[in-house]
Amino acid sequence: MRILIVGGGTGGTIVANNLARRLSKEIRTRKARITMLSASDQHMYQPGLLYLAFGQMTPDELYRDQASLLESSIIFHVDPVEEYKIEEKYVVTKSGKRHNYDVLVIATGSRIAPAQIPGMTEGADTFYTEESAIKLFKKLREFEGGTIAIVVGVPHKCPIAPVELVFSLNDYFKKRGIRDKVHIKYHYPIGRIHTIENVATWAKPEFDRMGIEYETLFNVEEVDAENNVVKSLEGTETAYDLLIAIPPHCGMEEIEANNLGEDGWIPTDRHSLLMDGRDDVYVVGDTTNLPVSKTGSAAHFEAEVIAENIASVIKMGTPVRDYDGKVYCFIETGHDSATYAMFDYKNPPDLTNPSKPMHWFKMAYNQMYWTSVRGLL
Amino acid sequence: MSEKLVDARDTYCPGPLMELITHMKKAEVGDVLELLSTDEGTVNDVPEWVDKIGHEMVSSEEADGVWHLKIRKMK
Ligand SMILES: Cc1cc2nc3c(=O)[nH]c(=O)nc-3n(C[C@H](O)[C@H](O)[C@H](O)COP(=O)(O)OP(=O)(O)OC[C@H]3O[C@@H](n4cnc5c(N)ncnc54)[C@H](O)[C@@H]3O)c2cc1C
Repeated sequence: MRILIVGGGTGGTIVANNLARRLSKEIRTRKARITMLSASDQHMYQPGLLYLAFGQMTPDELYRDQASLLESSIIFHVDPVEEYKIEEKYVVTKSGKRHNYDVLVIATGSRIAPAQIPGMTEGADTFYTEESAIKLFKKLREFEGGTIAIVVGVPHKCPIAPVELVFSLNDYFKKRGIRDKVHIKYHYPIGRIHTIENVATWAKPEFDRMGIEYETLFNVEEVDAENNVVKSLEGTETAYDLLIAIPPHCGMEEIEANNLGEDGWIPTDRHSLLMDGRDDVYVVGDTTNLPVSKTGSAAHFEAEVIAENIASVIKMGTPVRDYDGKVYCFIETGHDSATYAMFDYKNPPDLTNPSKPMHWFKMAYNQMYWTSVRGLL
Repeated sequence: MSEKLVDARDTYCPGPLMELITHMKKAEVGDVLELLSTDEGTVNDVPEWVDKIGHEMVSSEEADGVWHLKIRKMK
């Protein structure tokens, strides 16, 4: 049984390690083989980018060697996939190598697509890549006062990031003693300040307390970088001194180029996590088209289901588990407090009061992440 | 012009309206999107956005706890 995992981020790594343990005997006796193909020899802890944007982490703290995170029985190549031959059951990599498989797991994640919005690349800062987060931090350090506008593209990964950004900005400028000189205006695509109703209800008085202005039903149409104005599809506009965007996202180019899914989102069964119409291709993490938040947490829970099911199909001819839509998200509510939201397809998120211990737990999790992707947590 | 189904049943995050906005971006003017939602709030949230942006609410019906909202893209 040849299992091929494409993508060595959160989802792919957890599937690979979890499977390697479940199939240790089969791998030893050469009845199973796990190969991972990825685009990088490095693994980035992406939630760290928000800390990088506020000078609380340095870039080196975000990375580990991908090979060091994998069980030794996993064959690992840095050689991105360019062609998917789903009917013929093989992929072709950038170096021209062909990899045949019996089971394929696609875990190539998502990427920011600021170019979808005219002017956003030139006019807006972001923190969704290492380079942009550093650039933003330098600008925040130099910022002496004025309006910071926050806009949110759809769809985007880490739905809680816009709210966390607001809390972080508030704390950062308070610490610098210039909070009264900084006007923060938050814009959000739907009719409340966060898509999760409980989060919106809780965050609204917090925004009021911090003196954050907010405009809802604001979908960015265009950024006029010359005049520092951001315009919405709904017909309103905001002038800014610094614009921070959570850009719209799409899946990887190769997914769309190989007709696996529009915009790089692969049609996926929400319970089995199989690609629609296939029983030999699983999809995990951001690149699914599921109506589930694009988070490491969702990728983690999905990965466990996929690994367990691939192993049980090999061992007893049937999958044993369905994905229930579970997501667990920490919510940083400033630089010294946090809360969390947990939900699944059937149960809405229930929020607890933010606390310092929760923030310390998130800080600990920033380290525990590496244990978690090794499949040990 | 085509009709497309957006299945946003049982989703709390990103939620039905976010799903609709995502799919609306890819639709052509004149296309009708049918949004399925199990969230009662959708019957208010979606028309509010549709009105503000200038699309057209074609219909809104509930059957067996699922709301079916049809929206035509106008611009
Ligand atoms: C600023 C920020 C804050 C975040 N905060 C949180 C948070 O607090 N909590 C949370 O749960 N999530 C958070 N996330 C989201 C989380 O990081 C992602 O949702 C998660 O990493 C998705 O996992 P994935 O496996 O789908 O993709 P990724 O982890 O992005 O991995 C994709 C992998 O695919 C590889 N790849 C790409 N193309 C190819 C190819 N053609 N061939 C082979 N390999 C390829 C890449 O090299 C990479 O290894 C945050 C993200 C950002 C950017």
